[in-house]
Formats: sequence, C-alpha cells, structure tokens
Amino acid sequence: MPQGRVKIRVERAARIFLRAGVVAFENLTLDLYDDEIACLVGPSGCGKTTLLRCIDGLLPLSDGQILLEGRPVRRPPEKMAVVFQHFGLFPWGSVYANAAYGLKLSGAPRDRIDARVSAVLKLVGLDGFTQHYPYQLSGGMQQRVGLARALATDPDVLLMDEPFAALDAQTREILQEEMLRILEQTRKTIVFVTHSIDEALLLGDRVIVLTARPARVKRIIPVPFPRPRNLAAIRADPGFGGLRARVWDLLREELRGQEREDANG
Amino acid sequence: MADLALPFTRREAIQAAADHLKRRQRRHDLAVRFTAAAVILALWEIGGRQISPFLFAPPSAIVVAAGQVIGSGELWKYLQVSLRVFLIGTTLGTFVGILAGIAMARVRLLDLSLEPLVIALYSTPMVALIPLLVLWLGFGDSAKVAVIFLFTLFPVLLNTYQGVKSVDPKLLEVARSYRSGVRLAIGRGLVGMVVADLYTAVSGVGYLIVRYAQNLQIDRLFVPVVVLALMGVTLVQGLRWLEARVAPWQHVRDD
Ligand SMILES: Nc1ncnc2c1ncn2[C@@H]1O[C@H](COP(=O)(O)OP(=O)(O)OP(=O)(O)O)[C@@H](O)[C@H]1O
Ligand SMILES: [Mg+2]
Repeated sequence: MPQGRVKIRVERAARIFLRAGVVAFENLTLDLYDDEIACLVGPSGCGKTTLLRCIDGLLPLSDGQILLEGRPVRRPPEKMAVVFQHFGLFPWGSVYANAAYGLKLSGAPRDRIDARVSAVLKLVGLDGFTQHYPYQLSGGMQQRVGLARALATDPDVLLMDEPFAALDAQTREILQEEMLRILEQTRKTIVFVTHSIDEALLLGDRVIVLTARPARVKRIIPVPFPRPRNLAAIRADPGFGGLRARVWDLLREELRGQEREDANG
Repeated sequence: MADLALPFTRREAIQAAADHLKRRQRRHDLAVRFTAAAVILALWEIGGRQISPFLFAPPSAIVVAAGQVIGSGELWKYLQVSLRVFLIGTTLGTFVGILAGIAMARVRLLDLSLEPLVIALYSTPMVALIPLLVLWLGFGDSAKVAVIFLFTLFPVLLNTYQGVKSVDPKLLEVARSYRSGVRLAIGRGLVGMVVADLYTAVSGVGYLIVRYAQNLQIDRLFVPVVVLALMGVTLVQGLRWLEARVAPWQHVRDD
C-alpha cells in the first residue's frame, strides 16, 4: 500500500533507560513513507511514546539510528510536529497564540502568520474562538488547538501520540472523523499511536503492531479500505471484522507475554 | 461537533448575561468593602480619642497632621529620599536577582554549589544585617540602598530560580519540539517571579521606613504609615491587575 518514498527510516534502534533499568525498544527497524498514515499499536508501556520522542529528536537513541530523508535526526526537525496526548497547550496563550506558536518561532512575517493561523483554525472548526484561553475550552476543542498548532507550520511529518485518549467516547468519534477529513486532504507522513484498533483501522494505511517491551515490529497489516473513508462505511465493510480480529489476536499474544513477564519480574 | 453545539448568537446571549451578573457581584463586593472601611475608621476615631496623643492618634488628627506635613513640604522631602533609595535598591536587587536566579537554575554546577547558601541567606532576617551594613557603609544612603538591595535580591533570586525550575516538564517538552525550550523556561520563570514576588520587597521596605520614622511625633508618624499603606494597597492592586494580564488562567473563579 505505501506508494511513496521512504521518509523516515528507523534502523536497529534501541533506547535504554539506564537508571530505571528499562529497555524501551531494541533492534527496532521500521520504514515510514511519504504520504501515509501509519498507526502504531502495542501493549501499554511497550515503548511507543519513547519511540515517537526519539523520532522527533527529543530523546537520543542508545543504539542504531533514525534517518529523516536519509539524514540522522539529532534535534527536533522543523519538518516535524507533534500532537500530544495531554494537548500540551500553553495556558497563558489564547487559542490564536497557541496555534501561532510554531510559526512565530520560525520568524514568519506577521501577515503570513495571521493568514495561516486563521486558515488552520477554520480547518479544525475553531474560527470564532481565537481569543479564548485553553481553560475556557472543552477537551475536544483543546485538542483541536493542538492539531491546529501542529498543522500551522505545514510539517512533512506529523507525530501523534494517542491524541484522543483523554477524550470521552463521543468527542473522540467526532474528532476521528474530522481528523480523517483533514488528514486526507494533506500529503504527509503521519505516525499515529493509538490503543484503539478501530481507530487504527479507520485512519491508517498500515497498522504496525509492536511486541511487548522491548518493542519491536511484530507484524505490519495493510489496511485496504479506499479513501475517502468514513467511520460508518468502514464498520459496515465486510473486511473490517476480519482485520480487527487479526490485530486483536496479535496484540493478545503480546499482552499475555507481558503479563507473564510482569508476574516474574 | 458536539462541543461546539451552541449557535453563536445563543452563546453571546449567555455571555452577556454572565457579564451582567459579574458586574453586579463586583458592585456588591465594593459596597461591602467601603462599608467595612467606614466602620473601622469610625471605631479608630472613637477609640483614638480615648487614648493619650503621645501613644496614639485618631484619623482626624492624622488628617490635620498630614495637612501640615504636606503643606510644609516635609513629607515630600522625606518621601523623595525614600523613594530614590527604594528605586535604586529594588532595581539593583531585581536585576541581579533575576540574572543570578536564571544562572543558578540553568547551570548545574552553580545550582549544586550555591543553593544551600542562597537558602540560608534567604532565611536570614535582613534586619539582623543592618548593624553590619551600617558598620561597613555608614549611616548614609548607600547603607539604605544596600539594605533594600538585599531585601529585594533574595526573594527575587529564589522566585526566579524556582520559576525557571518548575516549568511544567510536559510544556517544556512541547517547547523543545518547536526548538524553543530554553526560551520557555526563562520566560516563564520571570513571569512567576513578577507574579509571586515584589510583595515581599514592598512590605520589607515599608518596615524599614517605619523604623526610620520612629523619631517623629505620633500623629506625624502616622502620616508616612498611612501614605505607605496606601502605596502598598495600590501596588498590590497593580500587581493583581498585572497578574490577570500575564496569567489569566490563574484568575479563573467560578465563571
Ligand atoms: N524518562 C524515562 N525514564 C525512565 N523510564 C522511562 C522513561 N520514559 C519511559 N520509561 C519507561 O519505558 C517504558 C516505555 O514507556 P513508553 O511511555 O514509551 O510506553 P508506551 O508504549 O507509550 O505506553 P502507553 O501505551 O502506556 O502510553 C515504560 O516501562 C516506561 O516506564
Ligand atoms: Mg505512551
């Protein structure tokens, strides 16, 4: 399914937390392509967040390398942006200021920032809220701001770490559909971590199943549904149940392994 | 879009109603404050008249004394000196405190080696150092400036230090992902300092001025005390206003 060129190459990467005595991942190899949505699923605590932080250059690897367009990532590249599970909005800034954060730092001229920020806020359905502060917004709206901030700089790579996990079920479904609409319009490399198999199948071109810690790629499952997609159509698709069961089975093996390890350790 | 469900006009109507309620609440609070102030002044007046003028003064006597002190230019002369000393001392203390606070929070070596010393000095009542400073610098303005400098320095230093250190690590990571971690840490540290501090400096200086004013007559003594209290209230209100500007999310009440 991935048609594009390799955008990010994770090569025999390892990250060890020495003080905690934890090997988050080891010998992990993975290619991520231009213009794809790759969904990462894996047991809780297997190292998904750590992997994203390493890809963004927020955390150094212990071994191996991560290449962005062939060049090793050492510090957060301008071409990447992160959407955080905890939203990560600055409470002292308005919706506008938060969305403009990345652009301001890039030193773009004011009128370009204005135009761009208005456009992204409109895209995420927040025009009319520019002067609000994060504490005045619901969780769903806060994450819209988080998404707007990440999209504003028009990055090539979007790293999303369980962006909807902190939201209630209804809000999550609404945001999933909107995210689908927005992401299908852009051509980016999107790495999307989630605990929800449905979400992974709804959004992803590929579902990358990771093993229990230390994480490695266990299986890559292509998701064949045509785009543009929508939640209801996919749930009704005859292939959906089978795919879901396959991912579930793979995950279940890992969860069992992890339980056994937890019991021993 | 469940979380945006209210149509715009409806939301505006609710906002208008909320604003109206807030204004009414504010008027009510203000009325209570003024009434309380009036009652306290009345009690002070009644009580003050019962006590010897060598020990205490009622508000009316203070007003008369204030008229004299202001009319003769005495107050202004006095305030001018104090204000100059105050300004120089606090400016120097703030400036040095901020720089030292940032340095300590960002440079591990300084942090490890200086933190205990700074905490020790911070907990030392600066008043205890006054005789020493007078010994070194004499009774002149430089001694006063030095005292106010020290009064300001340590709270500012420690607040800046804590501000820079206590920036939410999650938000720090967000900033780092936009290649601007250091800027966030320092910027937030300074805001924390401005918001949390200066009260200390103001009350400290107030105490000093009162000490210097001890040889005045009682009714006249109360003039600088009152002037100072007014200055204090103004400053605190100003800081509150500033806080609402720089940290509106800390002002969320139940609205
Ligand atoms: N800074 C750190 N210091 C020490 N250990 C860490 C650190 N960050 C993560 N870990 C450990 O590394 C392992 C992987 O953590 P990580 O957060 O990457 O997992 P995850 O797959 O994102 O989990 P979840 O699904 O719960 O979000 C965990 O055991 C965690 O305790
Ligand atoms: Mg995680």
